[in-house]
Amino acid sequence: MARTGILIEIENNAVKETSFGVMTAAAGEEIYALVLDDDAALVKDKLAEYGAAVIVNITASGELSKSPDLQAQALAATVKEYQLGTLLGTASATGRDLFARVAAILDEPLVSDCVQINITEKTVKKSHFSGKTFATLKVKGSVLLCTLRPNSIEPVAASGKGAGNIIEFLANVADPGLIQIVEIKKDTAAKLDLTEAPIVITGGRAIKAAENYKMLEACAQKIGAAVGASRAAVDAGFAPHSMQVGQTGKTVSPRLYIACGVSGAVQHFAGMKTSKVIVAINEDKDAPIFSKCDYGIVGDIFDVVPALTEKL
Amino acid sequence: MKICVCVKHVPDTAANIKLAGEKGFEDSEIKFVANPYDEYGIEEAVSIIEKHGGEVVIVTVGKSSAVTTIRSAMAMGAHRAILVKTDSRFLDSDLTAKALKAVMEQDGLPDIIFTGKGSVDTENFQTQYRLAKSLGMSIVNEVSSLTLDGDKALAQRETIAGEKQVIEMRLPCVIGATKGLNEPRYPKFPDIMKAKKKEIKEIDLSELGIDASQGKVVIEKLEPVPERSGAKMLEGSVDDQTTELVRILKEDEKVL
Repeated sequence: MARTGILIEIENNAVKETSFGVMTAAAGEEIYALVLDDDAALVKDKLAEYGAAVIVNITASGELSKSPDLQAQALAATVKEYQLGTLLGTASATGRDLFARVAAILDEPLVSDCVQINITEKTVKKSHFSGKTFATLKVKGSVLLCTLRPNSIEPVAASGKGAGNIIEFLANVADPGLIQIVEIKKDTAAKLDLTEAPIVITGGRAIKAAENYKMLEACAQKIGAAVGASRAAVDAGFAPHSMQVGQTGKTVSPRLYIACGVSGAVQHFAGMKTSKVIVAINEDKDAPIFSKCDYGIVGDIFDVVPALTEKL
Repeated sequence: MKICVCVKHVPDTAANIKLAGEKGFEDSEIKFVANPYDEYGIEEAVSIIEKHGGEVVIVTVGKSSAVTTIRSAMAMGAHRAILVKTDSRFLDSDLTAKALKAVMEQDGLPDIIFTGKGSVDTENFQTQYRLAKSLGMSIVNEVSSLTLDGDKALAQRETIAGEKQVIEMRLPCVIGATKGLNEPRYPKFPDIMKAKKKEIKEIDLSELGIDASQGKVVIEKLEPVPERSGAKMLEGSVDDQTTELVRILKEDEKVL
């Protein structure tokens, strides 16, 4: 059993589902759940349920929330303090950034956005060439650093509950003072994050206008989905870039992906190919997307989507 | 002001990757281009220099054939380039960062280094962090907006849906560019011609004291991502189609 640290992401006082997925990937190892700049006591029971042997509540003097470098320093210090052989996290925007900083500090190898991991063998599987191939990589470091693609591993509670004892760790680190978060700009409407959503509904060029995304949002709301857009729709000005799925946009891997009026360019597939089930709705029966998805409906999205929403 | 832009020579994303052997691919017949995210970095660097004066130097670690990618970056307005040559197809992020650091130190350290947020071939999103750390520079990745203000820069990056961080960074800095930062220009014919005469300094990876075989992340196997064989098409009226779809998603696939 290797001592494995897992960076836990917490939102609104609850552990994110994606973090439970990462814990599941480490099942059988001695799990150290790492809570950075948050209140571990609030999530203690849940973390124990997913197998946490130890919960480390990491703090540092200085404003952790304003400095990604300080967070990385604190996390790197935790790896050393508890002699963690492996450090895993979610390949979210925050996780990707933080792990790259930690890898640079520790001077250890890191593999980002993996879909599979074998902690004993130190091998991981991840996408190469925009989702066209999977690469199996061997990692030769003294610490295995790895972020996992959200939703790539289905969360399953541990067969034996972990002890989940909380340890307080005050990392003795200093902020290099190179960067500081000075402002956080929030969109007024709180939306589900595309990369982490279990279901994604995307509107392509056929959506025709920005206001028509309301139709997809109505559907999304019923099933807890996030709404995305294809590059064609973004370039046409129907949706902001933050909604773009595919190359130069976001990579998603939900359990269900519904593409509405998306033709299915290679660059789009690069961002959603590893979804579990892909459904396409398109007026053009010859659209390339039908040759690469699981279920297809030929029809006008303005007829099909409302009918679908009604039945969900 | 001096700006370096790290540009990776990668297979075009539309190219069909034909695997060869356990862990290789046929690269002689496919088109290679500048990593798409790096193009945002080139554009930003060139527009900053157009405003403030100075030079843009392209730095590439790759095969000799990467010269074509370097020329395209020069056609966008970069002044000169350095190519660190290696035959290794999968030089890991650590060694790549070491090579970039070594040549930048030889050439004179820049005020700003641009990279893409990641490369579309190995998708590992970290070389820029290692480079920044080794040079003691500040780094922000996935930057979609940038403002320079004396010895500081303000960078914006999206974190979760609809949320953006505004980060103040000290120069010299490393910026990982992404879409939104700008609209990369299409070079005009005279620019392409002019680019052919610009200087490319070539240096072997081994001359920098770096051994390509010493990587810490080693590729063992490359395999195609299983393609779906084609959709099961749902027939009948819109009502029939959607009823059947919901049934399948709930009962057969259990994803609802």
